[in-house]
Amino acid sequence: MSRSFDAIVIGGGHNGLVCAAYLARAGKRVLVLERREHVGGAAVSEEVFPGFRFSVFSYVVSLLRPEIIRELDLPRHGLHILPLESTLTPLANGDYLAQWNDHDQNRCELARHSLRDAEAYEEYGRRMHHMARAVKPLLAMAPPDPASLDPRELLGLARLGAHLRGLGSARFHELCRLMTMSSADYLDQWFECEPLKATKSASGIIGTLAGPRSPGTAFVLLHHYMGELDGVFRAWGFAKGGNGSVSEAIAAAARSWGAEIRTNAAVARVRVEGGRATGVVLEDGEEIHARRVVSNADPRRTFLEMVGEKHLPADFVAAIRRYRFRGSSGKVNLALGELPRFTCLPQGGAALRGAISISPSVEYLERAYDEAKYGEFSRRPYLDMVIPSLLDPSMAPPGKHVMSIFVQYAPYRLNGGWTDARREAFGDAVVDTIAEYAPNLKSSILHRQVITPADIERTLGLSEGNIFQGELSLQQMFFLRPAAAGSRYRTPIQDLFLCGAGTHPGGGVMGASGRNAARAILGEAA
Amino acid sequence: MLKTTPFHPRIAALCKSHAWRRWAGYVVASSYELSHEREYHAIRVAAALFDISPLYKYLVRGKDAARLLDRVVTRDVVRASIGQVLYTPWCDGSGKVLDDGTVARLDESTFRMTSADPGLRWLEENALGLEVAIEDVSESTAALALQGPNARAILQQVSESDLAGLKYFRLVPARLRGVPVTISRTGYTGDLGYEIWLDAAHALELWDALIDAGAGHGITPAGMLALDLARIEAGLMLIDVDYVSARKALIESQKSSPFELGLGWAVDLRKERFVGRTALAEEARRGPQWQFVGLEVDWNSLEHLYAELGLAPQLPGVAWRMSAPAYAGGEQAGYATSGGWSPLLKRYIALAHLQSRWAAAGTLVEMEVTVEHRRKRATARVVPRPFFDPERKRA
Repeated sequence: MSRSFDAIVIGGGHNGLVCAAYLARAGKRVLVLERREHVGGAAVSEEVFPGFRFSVFSYVVSLLRPEIIRELDLPRHGLHILPLESTLTPLANGDYLAQWNDHDQNRCELARHSLRDAEAYEEYGRRMHHMARAVKPLLAMAPPDPASLDPRELLGLARLGAHLRGLGSARFHELCRLMTMSSADYLDQWFECEPLKATKSASGIIGTLAGPRSPGTAFVLLHHYMGELDGVFRAWGFAKGGNGSVSEAIAAAARSWGAEIRTNAAVARVRVEGGRATGVVLEDGEEIHARRVVSNADPRRTFLEMVGEKHLPADFVAAIRRYRFRGSSGKVNLALGELPRFTCLPQGGAALRGAISISPSVEYLERAYDEAKYGEFSRRPYLDMVIPSLLDPSMAPPGKHVMSIFVQYAPYRLNGGWTDARREAFGDAVVDTIAEYAPNLKSSILHRQVITPADIERTLGLSEGNIFQGELSLQQMFFLRPAAAGSRYRTPIQDLFLCGAGTHPGGGVMGASGRNAARAILGEAA
Repeated sequence: MLKTTPFHPRIAALCKSHAWRRWAGYVVASSYELSHEREYHAIRVAAALFDISPLYKYLVRGKDAARLLDRVVTRDVVRASIGQVLYTPWCDGSGKVLDDGTVARLDESTFRMTSADPGLRWLEENALGLEVAIEDVSESTAALALQGPNARAILQQVSESDLAGLKYFRLVPARLRGVPVTISRTGYTGDLGYEIWLDAAHALELWDALIDAGAGHGITPAGMLALDLARIEAGLMLIDVDYVSARKALIESQKSSPFELGLGWAVDLRKERFVGRTALAEEARRGPQWQFVGLEVDWNSLEHLYAELGLAPQLPGVAWRMSAPAYAGGEQAGYATSGGWSPLLKRYIALAHLQSRWAAAGTLVEMEVTVEHRRKRATARVVPRPFFDPERKRA
């Protein structure tokens, strides 16, 4: 059977769904094809163990663009973001450092560790606020290519230039420092308290095979503050029902404008005829025609597997081959019979409702990276944990809990490769690490799900298990994401577009790539 | 969590209103009784006792202590005499106000600085190369303000030394019923009053002594609502309400220079060097674009706006803190930032920023007021600050 659509979106991850929703909203006939049995990609909630629901992969809503929440009216379609109000860093000596959203509470706690840091924190926050404001307009911009002579590109470049000039020299210089320094070096300029520096610098390494002392990681510190700019939107938090409910809400919005979403529909290849994409062929052989094809799959899978090298210019193929994935993180999901009791917080308390970060010092993180650099998972990894059942009781049976643990580093290219035994050894390292701070953890585990980069690649189709569809490192961001000729959501194949995190501005459950791609497509269609 | 001051056990027992608010990370009483009115009147007819412990306090000691503070603040600290207290703003390098507070010279090489915002980092950054030790004593030093016409009599009752000679903006070490303190003749009410600084360990002892000695003089623990009205009457500005610290301003136009805040008298350009001097010298030459003035809302005009709707004028009994546009000559001349009904003066007063050309005393402007959900403009006259300035304040 042959049917025709204005656009086919390959992959029902959150960006694919966002793109489909915007296209459908503009009156296009859209079909989303998802390989798995449910939509969401890495933003899914699954009942992994009876009665316990998990955000299996991505686990917080980070930077979901407020304009998407607004324009797609996601709250009406079921999105409810609950605030994460603190970050707790337990320490080996039985103490802890907590960072709170409340100004007074935060100052009081930081002053306990360093009076200087308590004061510097506010100034740092304001500086980051200014810098985030400076950078934020770039998120919604299709990145102009400075090497192009196309008048549209030049216009975009002129706008970008005007924006940067408008920053003034002090902020421009600060931006240059942020773009080039390591997060640890940058934070050394501000703070003396080790757990504070480590916990902050951790945001610069997530999803990237780099350590806090690797140059170029400072830039990612800004991401957190971009979220704060949209503070009232609570763009940073925990989605009620887990991250799957973000995808469900976007899918519901897309359907409300008539988009068709098919699951269990794996695309084998993109049909290319005369240099144009004309549709897709499913794995079961079904052919579906469309005027345009939009791929939410990552650049490697899209071009090297679904399109095929023979349809592409050689230099572009080389660039896509060069594009770095290097998945470096894993996930452990625990079903718990009781709350973990942290030695540093014997009475429990509000701090357990926020993020819990195992990042006692910059050296701890850098050592964790050292192991990954040489092909081993970290014996004592950086962990970012949340206990969603404390925020949304529906995630677990009454009195029981779920714990979501993001783990770095777990290199995709593990020495000897990932096997079932290595996966369990990795899970043991994670549980052992937490148990050093919360001794009752081991005996309270009812079920354990361990996810390695190899699992992420196999389950979700993300190459090398990279959660951002490619590292967020400077050489592959902005007009270089994923490659010079393929930025701005277009590709060397006419009518084939990219809409995933492998395009500007990249990863996180942000949706910006999907929205920007839809705008690029609609601009062209108009 | 929020901190409590060293006086909290006494205050919590007295705070019948359960009306609390935050001040610098501490929980403090808005009012003790259900209404703040009696507490307000105590400031003007008896003596009100305020817990001002949440102020940030720094001890600056050493050979270069005077040099450091002289470098940071706009007033001349080097020439301050021992026992003198300076009220002063301090600025960033562009001459925009970061904070305002006091610098007290305890002896030749020891100073206590108070500030509304944390200032340790700023002091340390400016102390590079100087021989000076800076200690944050915010938590270890408790502070009370005793304000009102009976303040002196009460203090004298518990003091082992004679306080009659203590002049306005001077301080003296003393013992109050055996508790070692320093007493400064300073305050935030524009009345006769004192501030008492002591080791937090003796806080309750001193509180009890004052309450005991003051009983016959009408001593009244008072909260922030009463203080807010009194400080407006005194024409005293409040950071975060009447001006934005240059440290917190998000855009340039939110910042103010000392001249724009009516603090030109506190800028000593004879000093060779201090933070912001170049910009301030230039501004002094040019004249400031803004002035910080008193406004007195015309009663008849206000009454008329309400009468049009068949209402009697409704007056703000609690001081307001918002931004009310002020108009003159067909343009927005500025904005008022705090105001309220003065029960003492029986006038509706406000503190306002006006562009200099509209800021001369006697100028008539219009201040926006909301009357029955509608924006109206009431006539207001620019008047000198302070609105209330009793002789006893300095006598």
